[in-house]
Amino acid sequence: MPSLKDLRIRINSVRQTQKITSAMKLVAASKLKRAQEAAESARPYAESMDRMVGSLAGVMSDRSEDAPRLLAGTGADATHLIVVATGDRGLCGGFNSSITRAVRARIDELQKDGKSVKLYCVGRKGIEQLRRDFGNLIIEQIQGVGRRGATYDEAAEIGRKIAGLFEDGQFDVCTIVYNRFRTVMSQVVTFQQLIPFAAPEQTEPADTSDAIYEFEPEETEILEELLPRNISVQVFRALLENGASEQGARMTAMDSATRNAGEMINKLTLNYNRMRQAQITTELIEIVSGAEAL
Amino acid sequence: MADTFQFELVAPEKLIFSDAVEFVVVPGMEGDFGVLPGHALLLSTVRPGVVEIHEDNQPKHRYFVSGGFAEVTGDRCTVLSTETIPIDDIDREATQKRLELAELEWRDASSDEDRKKYEADVTVAQAMLDALK
Repeated sequence: MPSLKDLRIRINSVRQTQKITSAMKLVAASKLKRAQEAAESARPYAESMDRMVGSLAGVMSDRSEDAPRLLAGTGADATHLIVVATGDRGLCGGFNSSITRAVRARIDELQKDGKSVKLYCVGRKGIEQLRRDFGNLIIEQIQGVGRRGATYDEAAEIGRKIAGLFEDGQFDVCTIVYNRFRTVMSQVVTFQQLIPFAAPEQTEPADTSDAIYEFEPEETEILEELLPRNISVQVFRALLENGASEQGARMTAMDSATRNAGEMINKLTLNYNRMRQAQITTELIEIVSGAEAL
Repeated sequence: MADTFQFELVAPEKLIFSDAVEFVVVPGMEGDFGVLPGHALLLSTVRPGVVEIHEDNQPKHRYFVSGGFAEVTGDRCTVLSTETIPIDDIDREATQKRLELAELEWRDASSDEDRKKYEADVTVAQAMLDALK
C-alpha cells in the first residue's frame, strides 16, 4: 500500500509528464502546418515532372532498345534496393515502426523469392530499428535529413547517390518507402518504385499519347537529364510527405498521451483523497475511543 | 487584350509564377525560344538564363532560372527550374562570391563526379552575373 507521500509524488510526476507531452503536441501542430504547406507547394513541380517523363516514356516505349537504363531498367530484377525513409526522432506513435515493419515484410518476401536486397536508410530511427536484423544489408545511410523541413538540395543529394549506385550496377530495382500523408490521423505506408521508371497510374493516359512532341535536343538526351532529376524529385516528395506524416503522427500520439496522463491524474487524485479521508477517520476514531476509555 | 496562354514557372519547393500571359522567352538548351499562344508541342531542356514574361510587347517580369525543363503545349507552357529568382533579387556581390567559391572548388575537386557538380555551379553563377548586365 503506497503512503500518502508516495501518491503525492506520483501525481506530481505524471503532471510533469503531461506538461511535456502537451507542449510537444503544440510544437508538432505548428510544425505540421508548415510541413503540410511545404508538401502541398511542392506538388506542382512533381506533377509536371511526372507528366513530362510520362509523355517521354510514351514516345520511347516504341523503341525500347535505345532507351536509357534508368527508364527501362537493367532487364533483370535480381537485386532490389529499398530506400527506407524514416524520421530521426521517436515519440511519434507508430510512425517509424510501421515503416520498418513493412520493410521487414518486404525483405522477407523478396528473399524468399531468391532476390537479394540492399537497404539505403534515410533517418536515424530506421537505421536503429533495422540494424540489428539487417545490418549487413544496409549499404548507405544518412541522418539528420529534413530537421528543418527537407530541402530540395538534400533530396537531390540522395537522388544522385541512388543514380550513382545504379550506374555502378549495385542493384536492378529501386523502391522508396515512406508514409504518405492522408490526414493528420492516418498515414499510409507507401512503396514507390523509382527505378525503372513506373508511370503513376492516376495520370490521364489519352491526353499525351496521341500528341506528337517536338524535342529539343533529342529525346534520349532530354531523358538522360530528366530521369536523374525525376528521381530526386520523387525522393523530395517522399521526404516532404514523410515530414508532414511524422508531425501528424507525433501530434496524434502526444494528444492521446496528454489525455491518458489526465486520466491517470484523476484516478490518482481520487485514490489520494480517499486515503487521506480514511486516515482522518481513523485518527478521529482513535481520539474518540481514547476519550471514551477514560 | 491579345491572346493569352497559361504560363507556369515551377521550383521544387513551390509554384513561382502562374498566370495567363501573352508572350514568354525561354532560354532553351539550343537557343532561346519565344512562346506565343498556339505554339507547337515542345519539350526542351533549359540552360541557366533568364525567362522573360512579356506584356504589351514589353518584358514585364524577368526571372533567372538555373536550368531545368520546359514543356509547351498549345494553351500551356510549364518551366521547371531547380533555382528560380527574380532578376531584381539577385545580389551581385553574393553571386560574385559564389562564382569564386565554385571555381575554387572546381579546381580542387578530386573526383569526376565532384568536378561535374562544381562545373555546373560555375555555369549557373556565371549565367547569373551575365543576367545582371
